[in-house]
Parts: sequence; C-alpha cells; structure tokens
Amino acid sequence: MSSNAFQRIYTQLESITKATVSLKAQGVSNDELATVAGRLSQVVKVKDGVVTLQVFSGTEGIPTDADVVFLGEPPALNVSDDLAGRFFNAYGEPIDGGPAVEGQRRHIGGPSVNPYKRKMPSELIPTGIAGIDLNNTLVSGQKIPFFADPDQPYNQVMAQVALRADVDKIILGGMGLSNDDYLYFKHEFEDAGALSKIISFVNTTDQPPVERLLIPDMALTAAEYFAVDKNEKVLVLLTDMTLYADALSIVSNRMDQIPSKDSMPGSLYSDLAKIYEKAVQLPDGGSITIIAVTTLNDGDITHAIPDNTGYITEGQLFLRHDTDTGKVIIDPFRSLSRLKQHVQGKKTREDHSQVMNASVRLYSDAQNAKTKLENGFDLSDYDLRCLEYAKEYATRLLSIDVNISTTEMLDTGWELFGKYFSKAETGIKQAMIDKYWKDNK
Amino acid sequence: MKSTGIVTGIISNLVTVRIEGHVSQNEICYVKLGDERLMAEVIKVSGKNAFVQVYESTRGLKQGDTVEFEGHMLEVSLGPGLLSSCYDGLQNNLKTMSDVFLKRGEYTDPLDHEKKWQFIPIANVGDRVIAADWLGEVKEGWLPHKIMVPFAFKGEYTVKSIAGEGEYTIDDQIAVLTDAQGEDHKVTMVQKWPVKVAVGGYVEKPRPYRIMETGVRCIDTLNPIAEGGTGFIPGPFGCGKTVLQHAIAQQGDADIIVMAACGERANEVVEIFTEFPELIDPHTGRKLIERTTIICNTSNMPVAAREASVYTAMTICEYYRAMGMKALLLADSTSRWAQALREMSNRLEELPGADAFPVDLSAIISNFYSRAGIVSLHNGKTGSVTFIGTVSPAGGNMKEPVTESTKKAARCFYCLEQARADRKRYPAINPIESYSKYLEYPEIISYLNNKVNPDWVDKVNKAKNLVLRGKEVAEQINILGDDGVPVSYHEQYWKSELIDFVILQQDAFDKIDAITPMNRQEFMLTLVLEVCDHKFNFPSFEDCSAKYKEIINIMRQMNYSEFHGGAFNKYLEQVKNILSNEQ
Repeated sequence: MSSNAFQRIYTQLESITKATVSLKAQGVSNDELATVAGRLSQVVKVKDGVVTLQVFSGTEGIPTDADVVFLGEPPALNVSDDLAGRFFNAYGEPIDGGPAVEGQRRHIGGPSVNPYKRKMPSELIPTGIAGIDLNNTLVSGQKIPFFADPDQPYNQVMAQVALRADVDKIILGGMGLSNDDYLYFKHEFEDAGALSKIISFVNTTDQPPVERLLIPDMALTAAEYFAVDKNEKVLVLLTDMTLYADALSIVSNRMDQIPSKDSMPGSLYSDLAKIYEKAVQLPDGGSITIIAVTTLNDGDITHAIPDNTGYITEGQLFLRHDTDTGKVIIDPFRSLSRLKQHVQGKKTREDHSQVMNASVRLYSDAQNAKTKLENGFDLSDYDLRCLEYAKEYATRLLSIDVNISTTEMLDTGWELFGKYFSKAETGIKQAMIDKYWKDNK
Repeated sequence: MKSTGIVTGIISNLVTVRIEGHVSQNEICYVKLGDERLMAEVIKVSGKNAFVQVYESTRGLKQGDTVEFEGHMLEVSLGPGLLSSCYDGLQNNLKTMSDVFLKRGEYTDPLDHEKKWQFIPIANVGDRVIAADWLGEVKEGWLPHKIMVPFAFKGEYTVKSIAGEGEYTIDDQIAVLTDAQGEDHKVTMVQKWPVKVAVGGYVEKPRPYRIMETGVRCIDTLNPIAEGGTGFIPGPFGCGKTVLQHAIAQQGDADIIVMAACGERANEVVEIFTEFPELIDPHTGRKLIERTTIICNTSNMPVAAREASVYTAMTICEYYRAMGMKALLLADSTSRWAQALREMSNRLEELPGADAFPVDLSAIISNFYSRAGIVSLHNGKTGSVTFIGTVSPAGGNMKEPVTESTKKAARCFYCLEQARADRKRYPAINPIESYSKYLEYPEIISYLNNKVNPDWVDKVNKAKNLVLRGKEVAEQINILGDDGVPVSYHEQYWKSELIDFVILQQDAFDKIDAITPMNRQEFMLTLVLEVCDHKFNFPSFEDCSAKYKEIINIMRQMNYSEFHGGAFNKYLEQVKNILSNEQ
C-alpha cells in the first residue's frame, strides 16, 4: 500500500452511499484499489467517466471533499516462506506486531487451474474422528464444509481436525470471528506447538463486515503459493462462510442489485464456487484442501447459502446434538464425502466400506425402532438390540470427541456387530465376516 | 472493414463500448487490455453504445481501452478431430494449453492442423449438391466422419472437382463447388458455424419413433427416452445426478456422446478424463473416450462462457447428426447456465421475472431443447440428437423457475428424490413422479411391442401401477400398524418392494448390474411380474415379508450375475422352485 510519486489526488466526490463513493476520474482500471480519506476501497463500477468505489470499512463520516488516491493495482499479497506463523488482517497487513512480509507481490483472486491439468484426489487425510474417517473420509484436494447450527462447537472441531491432519501448512481464514474464537484458535495453535506451519487471515466481528470479502482470496493466494510453488500439502480453514455470504448480500444490496432467493445476490453460486474450486490436487504433488464452516438456521439446508454450497462442495459434514447420548455427533445420514470411495479400502483396510455401510444401516434401523416406540407400537427383540447398539455406536464412533486410528474404528465396528447382532443381520459379505467377525455376545 | 470501439463503462464482466461503425447483436469482439485480447459478445445495443459480455475477468480494464469487432457471431470449428477432445465453453482446446493455470486471453485451436486424415471421396464431379450433402469421408477412430458441403452454403452447387483418395490435413482443399452464378468455392475438411443458430441441412424432423437405450433400468423399462428425444433430471445435491449422467454416458446406445460440464465441479470432469480412456464402450468394444467430446466450463471458469458451453456442445452434436449418426448430449447442469443468464440480466438492469431470472428464461430453454430431434437427411439416412440435461433446483424445490421451464420443454422427466437417496435406493429416481411422454406415442408403443415383447407396454404400465399401489398401502400400514391391516395389504406392499429392489435399484458401481441390455430388462420384468401374479397363501404378514425378502435377495443376486450364466440360472431355478412349491 505504498504511495508513489506524482500520484493524482482527487478531492471531489459526486455521490456517497452507505458502502460506496463515486467520483469523476480518468485512467482508472477495474478492480483497482484506492484510498478514500485514508480508507481502503476498490473500484467496482466505471461508467461514463464516473468511478464507483466500494469502501470496505463503510463511508461513515466521509466528506465530499475527501482525498481519493488510486493505488494502481488490485488487492494483493506478498508471498514468501515468511508468511508461516503469522497473523494478518483482511488486507494482508500483520496484526501480530511483527514486520510486514517481504516477497513476491501477487494479486489475489487469480485465475483457475486448467481442469485438464488437475489430478484425481486420492490421498487420505486422517482426523481421528470416526464420524469423519470411517463414514465420510476426507481426501486431499477435497472441499467440504461443516454444516452446523450456531450453538455447535464447529470451530473447536475444525481446529482439532486441522491440528491432527498430516499437512505441511494450515491456513485459517476467519470471517466475522468473535474475538473469543480468534483467541481460541490462536491458543490452540500455540499450545499444539504448530504455529510455525500456520498462517491466519482474520476479520473479527468488531471489524467492518465488507472487509470479510477479501479473506478467502487472501488465504487462498497464500495457499496457492505453498501448494503450487512449493508443492506442499495445504489445508485451508474457512469459518464462517455464512457470514461471508451475508457480506456479499450487503454489498449487492447497496449496489441496487436485484436479489434472488433469500435476499442473496444472483451470483452467489459463482461467488462461492470461485472460492471452493481453488481446492485442487496438483500434478506435482501439491494440494489445497478446503474445510469450511457454513452455519445454518435451525438445521435448514434449503436456505440459499447451504443449498448453493452443497451443489459446489464435495459433500458436507453435518454436526448434530444427539439427545440420546448428550454428545455432538457427525450425523451419518446427512453427511457425505463425495470422494471417500477414492480412498476407502484402497488406502484403508479392505473391510472399510462394508463396516461403514452396515453400521449406518443398523443405526438407521435403530431410528425406525425409535419412531415405532414413539408411535406406541410394540418393539421386537431386534428393535431393542438396535436401540442399544445405536447408543454405543453414537458414543464410541459418531461422537466428535473420539480420537482413534481408522483400524481401531473398524475393530470397534466389528466389536459392536458381534455384541448386538447375528452375522446375517449385518448383511456383510461372507468373506469379510469370515475374516473379521468378533463373537463376544 | 472491422468496426471498432472504446470502453466507456465496466461493471464486472459487462462492458459498455462506444462504437465506430456498425455492429450486430451477438457479434464477437475482442477487448484489448495491454497485450491480452479478451473475447466478448455483444448482448445489447443502445444508440452508439454496445453492451458486451466479456468471457474473461475484466480486472485491470480501463475506460478508453480499445475494442475490435469481428463481424461474426460466436462460432465453432467443425471437422475431424472433435472426438476425444476436451474443450472449454468457447471451444479452446484445454489439452494444448501449457500452463497449470488458465491464462486470460489465451485461446487455443480446437482442431489439429498438422494431422493427416485418410480421405475417401463420396461425391463425383458433376454432382448437384446442397449444404450438408456428403462429399467424402475420413475415419475418425472407427467412426466414418463425413466431410460435408458447409452448412452455410446457400442454394445448389455443382461439384467441379473433388480430391482423390489420399491423406490430407483439415486445411487442404478437398473439393471445389460451383454455385448457380458460376462462381467457384473451395471446400476443406473444416467449417465454421455460429453456435446460437440451429444447424439445418435435413429434409424433415419427424416425431421420435424409436428408443435410445441407456442400460439404466428405471429409464429404459419404466420411462424410456426416444432417440432424438429430450429428457431432464432435476434433483437436490447428493441425489446422484452426476453418477446417473456418467452411467448414461458410459452405456448410452449412441455413436457419439458430448458431455457439457456446465458450471459444475472440476473434479467430476477430472473423473471423466481419468476413467473414460480406460472404460470400454459396451456396444462397440472400443474405448469410451474415442466417442466422447467433453465441453468443460466448470463453476470457477468465466460465467459468461457457461451459456456458450451448452450451445457449443449442441452444435457439435448437430454436426455429427448431419453425418447420419446418433448423437447424445448430456449437460450438467442447465441451472448453472440459467444462473449465468440471470447474472447478466441483472447487470443489464432488466426487469426481473420469478426469482430474478430473466423473463424470457422459459423461451430460451425451450428453444434450446427444440434443437434435439431425429432427422431425415437429403440422402434418405437418419441422424439424431438426444438431449438429457440435469437441473439443480434451489433448495430441492421443484417449483423454481428453471425446473418449471424445463418441464415444459423436455418430454421425459426423471425426478431424483432426496428421500430415496437418503435410503440409499439408487438411482434415486422417483418411479411415481417421473414420466416419459414418449410412452404415449403410438409409434413408440408399436416400436417397443415389436422390438421387446408384444405386451411390453402393458407390462410396464402394470409394474407402474403395482408401485403406486404399494406406496398407498405403505402409508396405511404406517398409520394402522402391521397388525392393523389385512395380510393382503402387506402382500401389495411387498410386490412394490420387489419391483423397487430388482428393477428400479441398480448398482452403478457393479460391472454387471450397471449395464442392463433391453432383452435382459424384458426377462427380469417378466419374471418379477410372474412373482407378483403368483397366488401365495400367507397365514401372517411375517410369512409374507419373509418370503418376499427371500425372493428379493435371490433376484438381486441374479442382477449381479452374468445373464443366463451358471450362477444366474441357478438363482432362476430357486425362484421357479419357490413359485412351484407354493402352489
């Protein structure tokens, strides 16, 4: 954000709205940054000599004779290995008291990877959480959000997943984080002694919402540096994408655009896809994996934000409070990892998909039994066993506080089958039963 | 003389240009940004201002930048070498791009200009020909690729000269045609055509009268799609739209397949690149990729090119149709294309229709679907374009504008249902909501009855009724409890479950079950109906469910076994035994 010699300064604003200012200016390029009375803004519209600037921090108190200086480039980030271990704001400026990062200056929101140059994601990312590793296995290069109600501990789960994942760099993009959550992430990363591989771009709730729009692109520009230039495995955490989408709707509203469903801008799908599609398995071994958070309103996935997200991402992890066990679990019915078949049974033990399917099916039988019970019908012996099984399955495998290896998860699965069911009731292929069945009734 | 212009306004990828000279609607232009030339299309003209949508990011563009108009609409190059290619929405060859990232302003040639093709002439000197008539043929893979009189040629021509058999590049002259005024026109193997204009060159477009097999039972048996027909697959995310489309792409009984990945996930396209070169086409035994062209404009690629991508794909299909081939176009997903229209309409500040989509959305969609069809060519042969599009309804709500507009345009409706997907009953096509209007066509009914089985359509309707009855009694059993209804209700319910498990559900990942040819579908449906017609005397509902579960299990094993193979016959024997013992 340095100022160059002989910069032209404009001092006559034509109009001011809540988020934008317009003025007559020449030689201005689209997407270029400028300062308006010292506040960072970006060119969003040029029309017959009048330039409209979006002021990220809002236009409160800006006078009509404010100084406007055009900076000659779109938002950019200096990239180098020195990014590691640092905390930045939405503009890529350090907020940890350290010096500014030297390095190559790259414009954020750069071009997409040629789909023909991509590789098929095929490497497992273990997290220790059975609701993920067993039922919805993560693969490097995947993009997947947590769908969670605001009262659920999604940030804690995400921090755990990040710290356990075997990756070279973790990049946190925090949008509208409460100060407490920001400090939580900071402490978690420090306590784990992992600070040196973590880079954070943070916008907290006390900062202007529109600034958030820069966070994902900043985080992903840093990610692309490590994944493309350094061939590293990078994990990007984006929380909370619902607040990002809210900021989009604020901007489009103030630019007088016609809203589509749920007062979101018509371009919501493309806007979100531009971010999520940065997840990639590169030909030279580097990868970008994106784990995001989309908070829901009372579990409603038909709202435009989770709905568009679901069409873009490769599955979703659904957090739910299980009233039977009092635990937060990863819902096995509504969660999905679209890439799991690329690793299950290939990078894990052969019985993986069989155990996963059988245990989810039996869990669903337990749900049916529960409905029967609630409707006052008699329960069969099988129903009763299903209900018992469901409790133990939820506690020992679905709960988010589990931390075991995938092989242990599979063994636990077999243990539960043997405890509650007959071989035929599990419906598992005979060859697997012969090899792994544990009779401990 | 080319018209030029100066940029006066920029909002995202909508650029206003003050024009010098004349431009036409939908004309292509290039906006100059430093060394880069960004392709754009005129979408509105108002006085001296042209509004153009730029197919790339407009970052860095300034007022006063210059624009050059090209004098033609968005065109594709048509010639041998289209198959096995992978293009973006504007027909740039993605394979020949060097960088890992897509570079703005980098446009690559769709066809190989070096490669030599073995040409065999069909027309003779002195022949009178018109547009789309066949002049000669080259072998593209194993397919006879016809070299035609360019579609843009108007009126009648006389063949003045034609190249002899031999090897030529696509740019070599292979014929000279003389028009009515006595003027000579050179013809090569490649021609250009504007994508937004339907390719003509046929005598008539009759009603579809035969079936295109897809190998998917709940399509072919229950709601078949006609060759030259249209269908659409709406469904919420996670219901298996893409898996179903890939299955159809792998097994569809077409000569060539064009897959348009329009605004969807890049990794899904990677899956096609990775798998199709390995997979075998069940009809010809050749590699699937040899008959496939991929048009890929994934969700993160420039939005404006999404619209272009489906038109590019359709034009390629129409080109092969004119050669007398069966082309199948699969577009995933047309909703993304509609969203691209919405974004642009919004920037143009047009008055919005429902959900902020442009008011002419419905007309645009039906116009596009109408380009499909079976046609009779001038030489008496037939060719066809069958089109199946997916729709991604917002929030899974089938009452949104794209689904509703498509429903008016498409003749087959394959309704993917969340509840079926949740119960892992794949493909999650709802058997009751879905329909094929072709089953009402007398010509299709007689075709099916001739080809498959004399009572085929009656059998299909019977199976559909059983499924519907099953659903009704299931609701009653749920309300009244297992004991609260007569055993016959349970029997009714289990008949529908039998059809569901044996006919409707199909394992797309199992080698044998994934592909069911029509004769096998006929055999299985007949057997299932035989079971349904059988009079069992069940003393209690438990006996009923136990017996049907047993039959379902055996018949599912049949689906997994080779048709009329040893295992298959053994299971068949078991079913027959059950039926005879119960008498």
